[in-house]
Amino acid sequence: MNLNETQKDIAEEFSVFEDWLDRYNYLIELGNDLPEIDPQYRTNEYLINGCQSKVWLHAELKDGKVEFKADSDAIIVKGIVALLVKVLNGRTPDEILENELHFIDDIGLRQNLSPTRSNGLLAMVKKMRLYALAYQAKSKQNQRK
Amino acid sequence: MGLNIHQIRNDFPILRQQVYKKPLVYLDNGATTHKPKVVIDTIKDLQELHNSSIHRGIHYLSEQMTIRYEEARETVRDFINAASTSEIIFTSGATGSINAVAFSFGEKYVGEGDEILISEMEHHSNIVPWQMLCERKGAILKVIPFNNRGELMIETLDTLLTRRTRIIALTHASNSLGTITPVKEVIRRAHERDIPVLLDGAQMVQHGEVDVRELDCDFYVFSSHKIFGPTGSGVLYGKEAILEELPPYQGGGDMVEEVTFDGTTYNTLPFKFEAGTTNFMGAIGLASAIDYIRSVGIAEIKQYEEELIGYTLHKLKGIDGMTLFGTAKDRISVFSFLLDNIHPYDAGMILDKMGIAVRTGTHCTQPVMDHFGISGTIRASLVFYNTKEEVDMLIEGLERTKQMLT
Repeated sequence: MNLNETQKDIAEEFSVFEDWLDRYNYLIELGNDLPEIDPQYRTNEYLINGCQSKVWLHAELKDGKVEFKADSDAIIVKGIVALLVKVLNGRTPDEILENELHFIDDIGLRQNLSPTRSNGLLAMVKKMRLYALAYQAKSKQNQRK
Repeated sequence: MGLNIHQIRNDFPILRQQVYKKPLVYLDNGATTHKPKVVIDTIKDLQELHNSSIHRGIHYLSEQMTIRYEEARETVRDFINAASTSEIIFTSGATGSINAVAFSFGEKYVGEGDEILISEMEHHSNIVPWQMLCERKGAILKVIPFNNRGELMIETLDTLLTRRTRIIALTHASNSLGTITPVKEVIRRAHERDIPVLLDGAQMVQHGEVDVRELDCDFYVFSSHKIFGPTGSGVLYGKEAILEELPPYQGGGDMVEEVTFDGTTYNTLPFKFEAGTTNFMGAIGLASAIDYIRSVGIAEIKQYEEELIGYTLHKLKGIDGMTLFGTAKDRISVFSFLLDNIHPYDAGMILDKMGIAVRTGTHCTQPVMDHFGISGTIRASLVFYNTKEEVDMLIEGLERTKQMLT
């Protein structure tokens, strides 16, 4: 599944929920299922401090693809983190940078990524794209060599 | 006679709405309170028919607006029982008022090695302006601690008050613990040493009577938007004799007597401290809010809220795994708590979707959170338009939240 297919998939999964609390229950499930980040990355170095909730993000490039590991101390936020990881993990930097993240809107969670929410999610998305941008620049540099 | 809550709730149009198809249960009054229709109408009427700048116009509208602005000052004076309208300065809010005192008082009286005394339960707005002053002047910030019930440990005043203490800045009621502080005792002790006291009344004026002359405080500050008035307006009360001595903290129009390039002489009180075009509509709106709560009855409000406090505490304690932060006997209707090890942000998100508005996080009192070694709490803050039924809905919501998260 490419990035956009995964986004569509998530939107479909969420479309069955009529009630907000069902949606949150599902996010809680996703949050619980996402493995805790390796303690070596649950440090200030990898912390995206959102004031209200904390998010940790680690990225590395493996075989031309970006591998994200992320975590949060708030479980619903962690559920949204899990979705972001699901969509962006294992993609090439190009794929991450070329596609809009519309699934957040599609499943009605846009407000959670607003700058006023201060939960760390907006900063996390920005940081994920920044990693992709850095890896893209690096691989272009390598190609030139 | 108790309050006619049905009638009161009707006075607040915003309370009638639904959010996410659920009736709104608004328990975030510590952050801001809603406005009764009469305040909204006052502002609308001012904008539509009366707008004109105050104090300098020769024309009809300006004169009318100036009269209403000065009437608003009298309303505030009477409300807190100040001795004179010269002692009532309109500001942008409690934060603006504290900053004004920290600057003006600091310029005049605070020097290197002097001490400013605040408490551990202050809102950041009553910490940071003093820290900035200390940095400017090389002064030292000292802190009155609180105990695990969230009560101020005034026995520490014996050692904390020194001959270098220049001012005490203390909250009248804590926005995160709900504690009402023993301000009279602190003021008495401070005055024995001729130390002035500033009280932050941002969380107090909406809950009961405040009489600055009875308290004998030297400064008192509060915000309009937390007492059912419009945002962007607030009050600084200061004893006339002290205000007379202080330099202005902002320069500009209306605060001057005579301006030449050689120098400027300043206007008299209270205008000396009101530079530029003030938020005159905000001040008039605030006066309208004060008139409103006085028509409801300050004593009646207090009595009703006492009942709400008892009921809420009783109900909250019925929840398994609930920890309340701030259990002082003398308190306002602000409740900070945690449920088991549930992250407050998760709880806030779920309650929100049930139509229940609470605040989560540190509530701009990080030192209070540090005291308990926690990163934040869930805070429900009630005022007189809240009901026991709403408390029940909160409790139901919290039980449901617990089910979902544990």
